[in-house]
Amino acid sequence: MTPAPPLPRWADIFVLPLINLMVALVVCGLIVLALGENPFVAVAVMIKGAFIYPGSLGYTLYYTTNFIFTGLAVAVASHAMMFNIGGEGQAYMGGLGAGLVALWLAPMAPLVLVIPVAILAAALFGAVWGLIPGYLQAYRGSHIVITTIMFNFIASAVMVWLLAGALMQPGQQSPHTAQFAVSGQMPKLHDMLNALSFNVAASPLNLSFPLALAALLGFWVLIWKTRIGYEIRAVGQNPKAAHYAGINVPLVIVFALAVSGACAGLMATNEILGVQHRVVLNFTSGYGFAGIAIALMGRNHPIGIFFASLLFGALYQGGAELDFEFQSITREIVLLIQGMIVLFSGALAYMFSAPLARLLARLTVRSEAAEGEA
Amino acid sequence: MQRDQSNPAPAIELIDICKSFGPVRANRDVSLRVEAGTIHGIVGENGAGKSTLMNILYGHYQADSGEMQVAGKQVSLRSSADAISLGIGMVHQHFMLVSNMTVLENVMLGSEGGPLLRTGKRETLNTLKKLADDYGMEVDADAVIADLPVGTRQRVEIIKAIKGGARILILDEPTGVLTPGEADKLFEVLKALQRNGVTVLLITHKLDEIMAITDAVSVMRHGEIVGHRRTEDTSPAELARLMVGRDVLLSVDRGAAVPGEVLLEVSGLACTSSRGRQVLSDISFNVRSGEVFGIAGVSGNGQTELLEVIAGMRKFEVGSVSLLGDTITPGAAKTPAQIRDMQIAHIPEDRHQFGLILSFDAKGNAILGYHKSADYGSGYFLDEDAVATHCTRLMSDHDVRPDNPALIARNFSGGNQQKLVIARETDTDPKILIVGQPTRGVDVGAIEFIHRQLLALRDAGCAILLVSAELDEIIGLSDRIMVMNGGRQMGILESADADRNRLGTMMAGIAEAATP
Amino acid sequence: MSDFAFQFLLTLDATLRVATPLILCAMAGIFSERSGIIDISLEGKLLMGAFVAATVASLTDSVWLGVICAIASCVVLALIHGFACITHRGNQVVSGLAINMLASGLTVTVGIALFRQGGQTPPLGNTERFRPVEWWFVETFDSIPGFGAIYRELISNHNILVYLALVMVPATALLLYKTRFGLRLRAVGEVPEAVDSAGVSVTWLRYRAVILTGLFCGLAGAYLSTAQGAGFVREMSAGKGYIALAAVIFGNWRPLPVLLACLLFGFLEAASARLQGVDIPLIGEAPTQLMLALPYIMTVLLLAGFVGRSTPPSAIGEPYQK
Repeated sequence: MTPAPPLPRWADIFVLPLINLMVALVVCGLIVLALGENPFVAVAVMIKGAFIYPGSLGYTLYYTTNFIFTGLAVAVASHAMMFNIGGEGQAYMGGLGAGLVALWLAPMAPLVLVIPVAILAAALFGAVWGLIPGYLQAYRGSHIVITTIMFNFIASAVMVWLLAGALMQPGQQSPHTAQFAVSGQMPKLHDMLNALSFNVAASPLNLSFPLALAALLGFWVLIWKTRIGYEIRAVGQNPKAAHYAGINVPLVIVFALAVSGACAGLMATNEILGVQHRVVLNFTSGYGFAGIAIALMGRNHPIGIFFASLLFGALYQGGAELDFEFQSITREIVLLIQGMIVLFSGALAYMFSAPLARLLARLTVRSEAAEGEA
Repeated sequence: MQRDQSNPAPAIELIDICKSFGPVRANRDVSLRVEAGTIHGIVGENGAGKSTLMNILYGHYQADSGEMQVAGKQVSLRSSADAISLGIGMVHQHFMLVSNMTVLENVMLGSEGGPLLRTGKRETLNTLKKLADDYGMEVDADAVIADLPVGTRQRVEIIKAIKGGARILILDEPTGVLTPGEADKLFEVLKALQRNGVTVLLITHKLDEIMAITDAVSVMRHGEIVGHRRTEDTSPAELARLMVGRDVLLSVDRGAAVPGEVLLEVSGLACTSSRGRQVLSDISFNVRSGEVFGIAGVSGNGQTELLEVIAGMRKFEVGSVSLLGDTITPGAAKTPAQIRDMQIAHIPEDRHQFGLILSFDAKGNAILGYHKSADYGSGYFLDEDAVATHCTRLMSDHDVRPDNPALIARNFSGGNQQKLVIARETDTDPKILIVGQPTRGVDVGAIEFIHRQLLALRDAGCAILLVSAELDEIIGLSDRIMVMNGGRQMGILESADADRNRLGTMMAGIAEAATP
Repeated sequence: MSDFAFQFLLTLDATLRVATPLILCAMAGIFSERSGIIDISLEGKLLMGAFVAATVASLTDSVWLGVICAIASCVVLALIHGFACITHRGNQVVSGLAINMLASGLTVTVGIALFRQGGQTPPLGNTERFRPVEWWFVETFDSIPGFGAIYRELISNHNILVYLALVMVPATALLLYKTRFGLRLRAVGEVPEAVDSAGVSVTWLRYRAVILTGLFCGLAGAYLSTAQGAGFVREMSAGKGYIALAAVIFGNWRPLPVLLACLLFGFLEAASARLQGVDIPLIGEAPTQLMLALPYIMTVLLLAGFVGRSTPPSAIGEPYQK
């Protein structure tokens, strides 16, 4: 087989990812079909559940918020060509940071003080949990993938130890902390909007959502508008040239991982400060891993990450609706969709690249030939 | 049979072999005839296409067009297995040895003689013994590769290549990693092989080796064969000329230099590679303001490492480098950023690996290394407009085409990529400029432009240290020339005293008394 | 026999039980990783194997058919991994993650569709699972102090998969070090160019390695749901695949040291289960979470070169391209 012609940039950015996504969804549809249900009806149910029922949009955006943070956690490190699959553990530790501040500060300080400090603590704890694997990779040569996997489990052990021990709510036997005082609870958006006399259905959507949007903007500024972002991209694209250019390559890697960890940690503002109002066991429940799918689909770009997060938010919220409508399929199908997306948009990302390039080349030749004849 | 019986078929005959990798034409119409039972040398610079040609011979790559005959029969090789079955063995430049396995295991790999290793082991041990007896290639079968010296590892490679009775042995740069003693032993083995009727193809860029053991030699340059010689009819100087020569002569008029104070001084410099090989020893020279100091030599003789040491990219063990009066020693090193801050610019030898980030656009590359400068933003932020303006100016000043700052670096031609690097590095009015291979892979028009720029910089008082594998370039631009061979300096000549023959001799490793 | 000694014996017995899936999974990991393919999808394959074994056993009443189908399902997942990593030179970590997610999603979705029990299979009856095998002379040896108890608890009375796992370790070692396939497998993970230039197909060799990985994972999965447990429970692999991966790294990709790592990690788990809430003199309450996290902590320390030295196959993670 002759080597395929290069794929045009527009096709690489838009067509190829779309094909990959479509293939992933079609395969999931076939599985739904095999389970004896109609995939189109399932999609309709999910869309209704995600956007149309009252309050559903709020739920969708609440899930979206989690995905934006964990997607960013993967994306920042990706720009330095570091694969951070420790989002799960970093978010978990972020919850610890936010929780400690809320438990300690909320009873004695107003919300405007507690919430910002808790957000900072979430970011800081997440950052530390990303920084250590970053340091071990950059200065000790440990493989970042393995180390971040291990740090997920270590975080989990630490949290079980704390939640079933020192931090456990006194007089209780279940592994979670006491509830935060009101000034340690992130305001809900529907409460704020209702106060402004808009009538909005109740949902868990809280101020973390605008924070996530700000994080997306901040990510864009950091990576494409600052000197350190330039250094991160340089290290990722060509570490030798970065070294030639006088960039401190290991330090930049550590920095990127710390920012990644901070983004993951911020997920806790949504889950812990916004909804649970206490630190509970396993509140990250796979959002960290889903972040990998988000970053892959979103091509490590804020706009892509936003839409991928929205898609996943809709899948999570709409998927919940499946439980009511179907016998054979439940919201767990979302995990399957997530896996298919990671497979086709990630591991097999370029499977269709060469065939697509050949097809485009043939079409171009044909249209040129047609013009020639005309 | 049309062939004359008195003149046996050549071991290998290649006719018009072509091979491209994307836009790069690695081999162009290569025709080569290797007589049976001879040691045939192939010389050429790095990137001249020698390794590609050998990989085609070994079935590792497939030629795009052309014909290949082995022992008079036309063949087409689709894999190395095909080559092996035709009796062709190859010793690669980078050893194909599994370093945590034993010699025996490595030799057995691919011809184990059955699903269980035990049966094949005995047979292989016998082969090892026979080869030791026939050619003096003693090795300890149970030694682990990682524990063996390089010369012994190479011996294992040769054993692997000939164990199945190969009649043709290809060696790719076999002495690059050997000590002189090990190299001598290798040559004895090759002679022994030749006596037993094995045809040897020796690829190298070391001319003394060619002269020492080959019967015939072919010279490659830019993917083409530029000459065949019988070894006894040629000289190292002639071969060096063929290797580095360029058809287009320089047309830049160079005024007399007005050298000023010493800006760069290297003394007693020595440095080993990360794998412990001595790559530089006892290098001492200085470069004055307003002069071009050229370093001539066949590639791979320490020039790359020397430039990297001066640019702060490589650690060294002995000696010192003094830049603008500031002395750097192994204990008091400076980072590349600190050196660049001293207005010392560096045009690296390999623009794809070091000089550019190919996936960045032109403006991203226009500030590489200078991205912290206050000119391109304030505080932590980069000012994109300032960067784009800067890039546009660089592009128009230095004739980079197309002059589109948003174009991805990969999509520029080699010459324009290089002009962009040179533009970036010379725009800051450097006091010292370190240049490696300024015109490698650059088209003729751009070469002249680049040469004029370098000379203009010299005339403005910059001290230029120039490394080039193109002898004409060195002679045409330099005011003084140092020749390097094997990580050592062979002497320093005033440009008036330097001619191709003299430099060629020194490049081949024959030292001359250094002129002060 | 003192009570402490007997407790210790029971802990060792539990260690063997807990370590069995780790051992099978780790041997699986050795094949893939030794061939140069990173496999973080041991976890997903383990989960899939457990689900398929229990499902088929439950539907057909045959535990052996369950094992065979578990192996087949894991080989399919392994082939997907191979297709992505070997044929399409995709990112091996991403592919492994995808398989883990697919396994999570598929087992629960199909489980709910088939059994309507929230993702579990119905509890398996005696014919649908592996039962402990009582060895000969248990009664006879009981009279011997010490050895009798050891023979009864530790040596006898395990199910066949435990013994199979233990046999698989020397079998893996023999395959790796004494056969043509093993020689080539070890070589292809270090210097694939050497294998290629010896005229051996890198692609086919690596495919065979990942198929073996699938096979062993299938056994490990079947053990979880039809031998150790009596039915499949959602996410029942619970990180064991990752512990097995840690054991592979910890044992430096060599079968016997990897076995020891599995036994050590299994012992930590068994002991922490036994010591839950127990006060130890001088230390206070037993640090069970620390014991459970030790495999991960030790692996991190090892990889960072703070203790010992880890030498992974040198071509691992690199797609091969001529």
